[in-house]
Amino acid sequence: MDDDVTHVETETRAPSVIDRYYTRWYRTDLKGKPSEDHCILQHSNRICVVTLAETHPILQNGRTIKSINYQISDCCSRLKNKVSGKSKRGGQFLTDFAPLCRITCEAYQVATGNLTILAIIPFTEGYIAVILPKLEESKSITENLLTRDEFEKVVAKRNIFPSQPS
Amino acid sequence: VMLPLKEKDKPLVQKLLSSGCCPRCVLRFQNNSSFINKSQSDADAEQEADEAPPPKRFKPEETELMREEESPVCPVCLGVLQEHCDQTLASKVAEAIKTENYEFDSLVLSVSLPAQLCVREHSCWLHVKTEVRAKSLVLGKDDVIQVKEAFKWNMQSLVSKTLGGAAVVSKSAFEVGVEFVHPDTDKDCHFLATTCSDCFKPTKNKESVFTRMAVVKALEKISDTNFLKHYPCPPPRHSSSCVSRDVQCLHTSVFIAGRYNKFCRSLPQTPWLINGERRMESSVEELIAGPILETFRATGFNFSSSGREDVDVRTLGNGRPFAMELINPHKPKFNRDQIKKIQQEINDSSDKIRVRDLQIVSREAMGRMKEGEEEKTKSYRALVWTEKPIEKEDISFLNDIKELTLDQKTPLRVLHRRALAVRPRVIHSMSSEYRDTHHFYLELKTQAGTYIKEFVHGDFGRTKPNMCQLLQTETDILELDVESVDVDWPPPIPE
Ligand SMILES: [Zn+2]
Repeated sequence: MDDDVTHVETETRAPSVIDRYYTRWYRTDLKGKPSEDHCILQHSNRICVVTLAETHPILQNGRTIKSINYQISDCCSRLKNKVSGKSKRGGQFLTDFAPLCRITCEAYQVATGNLTILAIIPFTEGYIAVILPKLEESKSITENLLTRDEFEKVVAKRNIFPSQPS
Repeated sequence: VMLPLKEKDKPLVQKLLSSGCCPRCVLRFQNNSSFINKSQSDADAEQEADEAPPPKRFKPEETELMREEESPVCPVCLGVLQEHCDQTLASKVAEAIKTENYEFDSLVLSVSLPAQLCVREHSCWLHVKTEVRAKSLVLGKDDVIQVKEAFKWNMQSLVSKTLGGAAVVSKSAFEVGVEFVHPDTDKDCHFLATTCSDCFKPTKNKESVFTRMAVVKALEKISDTNFLKHYPCPPPRHSSSCVSRDVQCLHTSVFIAGRYNKFCRSLPQTPWLINGERRMESSVEELIAGPILETFRATGFNFSSSGREDVDVRTLGNGRPFAMELINPHKPKFNRDQIKKIQQEINDSSDKIRVRDLQIVSREAMGRMKEGEEEKTKSYRALVWTEKPIEKEDISFLNDIKELTLDQKTPLRVLHRRALAVRPRVIHSMSSEYRDTHHFYLELKTQAGTYIKEFVHGDFGRTKPNMCQLLQTETDILELDVESVDVDWPPPIPE
């Protein structure tokens, strides 16, 4: 059978894990702050992985992240939050503009956040948060997000007409 | 042969007859040893009696108990023993079995009666218990021969004869059920809900709370005086008798097990549905089940296996143990050669899978496949891509890694259906086979339940350590094969 034959491309890379299993969605200029772009990776099983887009100022000019603070307020920690069972009981409910964490890096502080989302599962390296949208929300959740193509257009425009930092 | 009516039985019989009882119900309440030969009720006698022709004295027209009644329908059995214990019903039963073309060695006849018969039985018992006890043969209500029992004793032999001598016994894998209903008198039970509300809690599956079990329980609790306050004694007559519903045939499940190979990287193990829509045209389960269901003429199945592989993973070597429950098989018996033929048929029908060691197993044996699953080992072969160019020496150190414990946070790809946890899993050994500057084959022997793909690509760092960390470059898994599933069940069958 065709699909049993091993095709290996030595020169060009095969689609990556993200290419294979995830759809990339973007939101630009979060809370009106220029270039504070986020990338949301949506798995075919509806799980969403929130990451910073490669254009995010934190990832520019060799900045290094000093710390990430998941203590949103005195009583709410995104990191210490425990969930249990298949239904992820104890998960935190998120709304648009709910901050996920505060990232401190050299001379730059941002508050990240914002999505209509459900449970948040603590951070591990490589991403900010894992979000499990409610089944009924899994379609509408990406309505206000940009596709990869749309995002690239926004970034291209930005490079022609750089906005002034506010 | 006339039924001898003993002098001491007379008051009881008179009382029952004047209440409208049918001859068989009269006999039940008499409970004399001539009605059923309980004195030698060891297993053998039971079996014999099951198959013996009906004693002649059961035939109502030959007893002196036959009387003209005000209402022809017996108020105690509502006609079940009076009208329905006959050739018409036996023929209906035989017809149902023949229509569905069941093959069987023996059958058990089951009967479902409307719950109100318990209320009517109780009322009749209260009516005659003084007379019954005077005979001192029957001490309690439970000693009265039950309608169910009397029905079976009469019908078993009739059904057997109608089926040309089939064994109608008290225990069999093949059950033929007759159900009687009498909607007009369903309300007989309703007063019990006020006297014993505890007994009638609504349950999801039952359409009515007045199940036979609940009614029996409520009747055990109610005092005689209270019962008599709510329900007439003897039971009221009714002009119509029970109606028999469709005959239900059910053969107990047969279990079949074996091992399967999966040679295709675009075949899911079970039908793959996303939002109710099919993603792949076939599945391992369906390819195996097709010929089996057809041969056993089963109405459904449940498939289980020792773990499962992803749609794009092949299972090679001796294959993966699986077992299937075949529901309601119409042809349940096959010998080894016939099973081998089914296996051949499966293997001829598709080159995407292959089955071996196919065999009939017991329900209990199926459990062995699942027990200790976590302790079992599995062997894999993966094709790994590396971002950095590699040379043979760069990967040779992998061969020396033994008993490496991973901490696997529930992979993102299954997180929607599995609980979030960090699961320690052991890679017993690894070996690498260099292929080119960006690829090598990785062979792994691992504890069952290890997520191999995540070990290689790291799953955003959720599996630690991972291959990216070990090789200090981005790595990805391009192909994965299961080489062996080390579970020693089911036993191998020589080809
Ligand atoms: Zn009767």
